[in-house]
Amino acid sequence: MLLQSLPLVFVLMGVALYTVLGGADFGAGLWQLLAGRSARGERIREYAHRSMAPVWEANHVWLIFVLTVFWTAYPEALGSIASTLAVPLFIAALGIICRGAAYAFRAGATSARESGLIDTMFSLSSILTPFALGAAIGGIATDRVPVGNAAGNLFTSWLNPTSILIGVLAVTTSAYLAAVYLAADAARDGSHELELAFRTRALVAALLAGAVAFGGLFIVKADSHRLFHSLLSGRALSGVIASALAGLLALGLVQRRRFEAARYLAAVAVAAIIAGWALARWPTILPGLTVYQAAAGHDTLVWVIACVLVGGAILFPSLALLFRLALTGRFRAAEHAAMDATSHAPSDSRRGLLVRSAIACLIAGFALLNVAEAGWAHAIGVVCLLCFIAIAFRAIIFGALGATATNK
Amino acid sequence: MAVSGVSLAASLAPVDQHYLLEARQMQALSFAVHIPLVAFAISFPAMVLFVEWMWLRTGDQLYQTLARRWTRVIVALFAVGVITGTVLSFEMGLLWPNFTGTFGSVFGVGFAIEGFSFFLEAIFIGIYVYGWGRLSPRLHLLSGVPIVITGITGSLTVISVNAWMNHPGGFRLQDGRVTHVDPFKALFANTYLWHELVHMYVAGYIVSGFILAGCYAFARLKGRWGRYERTALAIPLTVAALAAPVQILIGDWAARDVAKAQPTKLAAIEGLYSTTRGAPEHLLGWYTQDRVKYGIEIPHLLSLLAFHSWNAKVQGLSAVPASERPPVNIVRIAFQTMVGVGTLLALIGVVYIAIWIRRRRLPESTWFYRALVACGPLAVVALIAGWVVTEVGRQPWVVYRVMPTSAAVTGASGIPVGYAVLAASYVVVASGLFWVLRRLARAPLDLPSSDPSVDPVPA
Repeated sequence: MLLQSLPLVFVLMGVALYTVLGGADFGAGLWQLLAGRSARGERIREYAHRSMAPVWEANHVWLIFVLTVFWTAYPEALGSIASTLAVPLFIAALGIICRGAAYAFRAGATSARESGLIDTMFSLSSILTPFALGAAIGGIATDRVPVGNAAGNLFTSWLNPTSILIGVLAVTTSAYLAAVYLAADAARDGSHELELAFRTRALVAALLAGAVAFGGLFIVKADSHRLFHSLLSGRALSGVIASALAGLLALGLVQRRRFEAARYLAAVAVAAIIAGWALARWPTILPGLTVYQAAAGHDTLVWVIACVLVGGAILFPSLALLFRLALTGRFRAAEHAAMDATSHAPSDSRRGLLVRSAIACLIAGFALLNVAEAGWAHAIGVVCLLCFIAIAFRAIIFGALGATATNK
Repeated sequence: MAVSGVSLAASLAPVDQHYLLEARQMQALSFAVHIPLVAFAISFPAMVLFVEWMWLRTGDQLYQTLARRWTRVIVALFAVGVITGTVLSFEMGLLWPNFTGTFGSVFGVGFAIEGFSFFLEAIFIGIYVYGWGRLSPRLHLLSGVPIVITGITGSLTVISVNAWMNHPGGFRLQDGRVTHVDPFKALFANTYLWHELVHMYVAGYIVSGFILAGCYAFARLKGRWGRYERTALAIPLTVAALAAPVQILIGDWAARDVAKAQPTKLAAIEGLYSTTRGAPEHLLGWYTQDRVKYGIEIPHLLSLLAFHSWNAKVQGLSAVPASERPPVNIVRIAFQTMVGVGTLLALIGVVYIAIWIRRRRLPESTWFYRALVACGPLAVVALIAGWVVTEVGRQPWVVYRVMPTSAAVTGASGIPVGYAVLAASYVVVASGLFWVLRRLARAPLDLPSSDPSVDPVPA
């Protein structure tokens, strides 16, 4: 039982982390779009880019994590979801293309005008992707995605009142998360003007998101009575309440300019609503398909869980390091290299040895890989050939680099 | 695993998809855009680290400048790689829900590990790129090492999935349901994995090596040929020049594995219709009416190459029904392109090494540099042609002799629309990337005034 549900817990945690971290990235794009053409707008755009650039890639990989764990552990459910919700997922992918393109193209921009143009051009994606992904979740939540290859309606599955509501909520939440993140960053940088600007934006977005969430309850009631009922009863209700409380508390913290704590509480708010929703549905994934029916076989699940645990043990410390460097890490070390004046070019006798070993590796590799038939011989042969490349590179490169100093 | 034609679980039943070919082309387009970026991702960081290491060893500012400029190239290439990679993972579900839905439990673990590799790669690229000047030089160099390692683990796991699709194992089929799944056996105990991995990994160095060298060769033709350009040319060119000849030997190994496990693919590569003893090889030509026309026939060569025996029996296309044969000319021409270009690149590599051994200098002929400029794009062509051989040669199967591609495709409509939109966005992304890279190349060099005392090594 645990074996079959644990991967889904990982997936939902991934969704929560993607909402918080990836959402902040999309939200930053939204603020760039809304920054306007003034000099202050320019600063906001530039700041939003600079803050996000080191971490955006890592923030987006959460989505890949969600997808891969989901399709490994619950393949049939993923096949059904991806085929029925192909349109919003494709739109989300396009949005991600645009968002990444903006970062790639920024590398070549030389003037503020160019950077601004690039940001604005691609900021549209910042609305597209969260909206499309939210709408897709709305389709699943209201049971509009049946089991089967494109068995549901390609359009009403995600263009329905609840989907649109969750899509809008995703956009406003992203805007809020981004503003808090950027305000925290600006506060650390001691940039008071930007800090206040982002704080105002955070408060506005939070109120908007709160209003959408609250008003949305009536939309959900009208659109899907079952979802409404399950959210406001039993186990789910505690999630909804926890989420609302955390959201309100976060709002108060933003007001008091305690941005870091506000970020964590915002994450709690997102996680609580996702957990509440999952509990309300449990153990159903799609209509007529439970977690236990959808789960892959024993060995696969063990492998997935082991991968996530081992991967997580490496991942989280690395991620913490990245965020520490990106957020607080201005520990400038003096940029001087160890001056090592000794020559690295191998001496003539050493070079002769290197050349002879390289040739030996090449011959051995050829004999073992291309003449011999046994698998073990092939394995050693490949290693020999790779050693040939490495040793020959060592034998040639220092001389070649020396030659570049004089060669015309 | 010789079960042909499989009836799948009713829930994800095959559908009649009118646009199967468009779905395949869309997938092929996505791969063709992504794979050159992968080639850079697995090899370029190692070269940048080597340059940075040279800077640490010598204190020569030129190396630092080079490493920092190349780092900016990595930023642009990796950003585009992230988005094209994300698109690919979406397409696993968007285009092939039945494939993922049926076999996700078998191959998915490969992608899950790749997801973590990708994650760590993204994290450490962030640290490396933004750590320039913020970390101590030694720590900064160290922060680049995980990028190289995750490049290896990432390509290992993705290719393990491709190897499984070509040479499936580690599961059983009972009434259309996948049972007895053993992911380790399916992915990593697969003999097919190793030749594909090594072939692709070495290709990564060849592609990025020749493209980089080609850029600086172009600079030389334009009259820019300072020590900076010569250094930036020598490092990638030396790697590629050594890797290209070795790739021929690895390719031979790969071909012999294909001959054993996928005889129909080999038959398509060679355009061999009937099962033949002492089969000949044809250079060039066109496959029509069950034979190769206008080709240059070399007797017995195919038997000799594939099975190391003068009269070995080589299975022809006719051994399987016509509906189970891949499109011969596409596979054949792609193969000949790959081998032809690969041989040319190896020759250029040998010329460079030979000049170095005899004269202890870089080549001086302008023709050599003109050829180098062509080598970059040619290497990409060979890379993509090689994947065409693997992937089109596997057709009509998505999982070789287990699941036909037509049973994997989505039932959703609108594939042509998605294909057109994706193609248009990739055109924009590709032109944008080209613009960025040109911008980066044209940025002023900002080299410190040359001080002969810090020149690294006297020749």
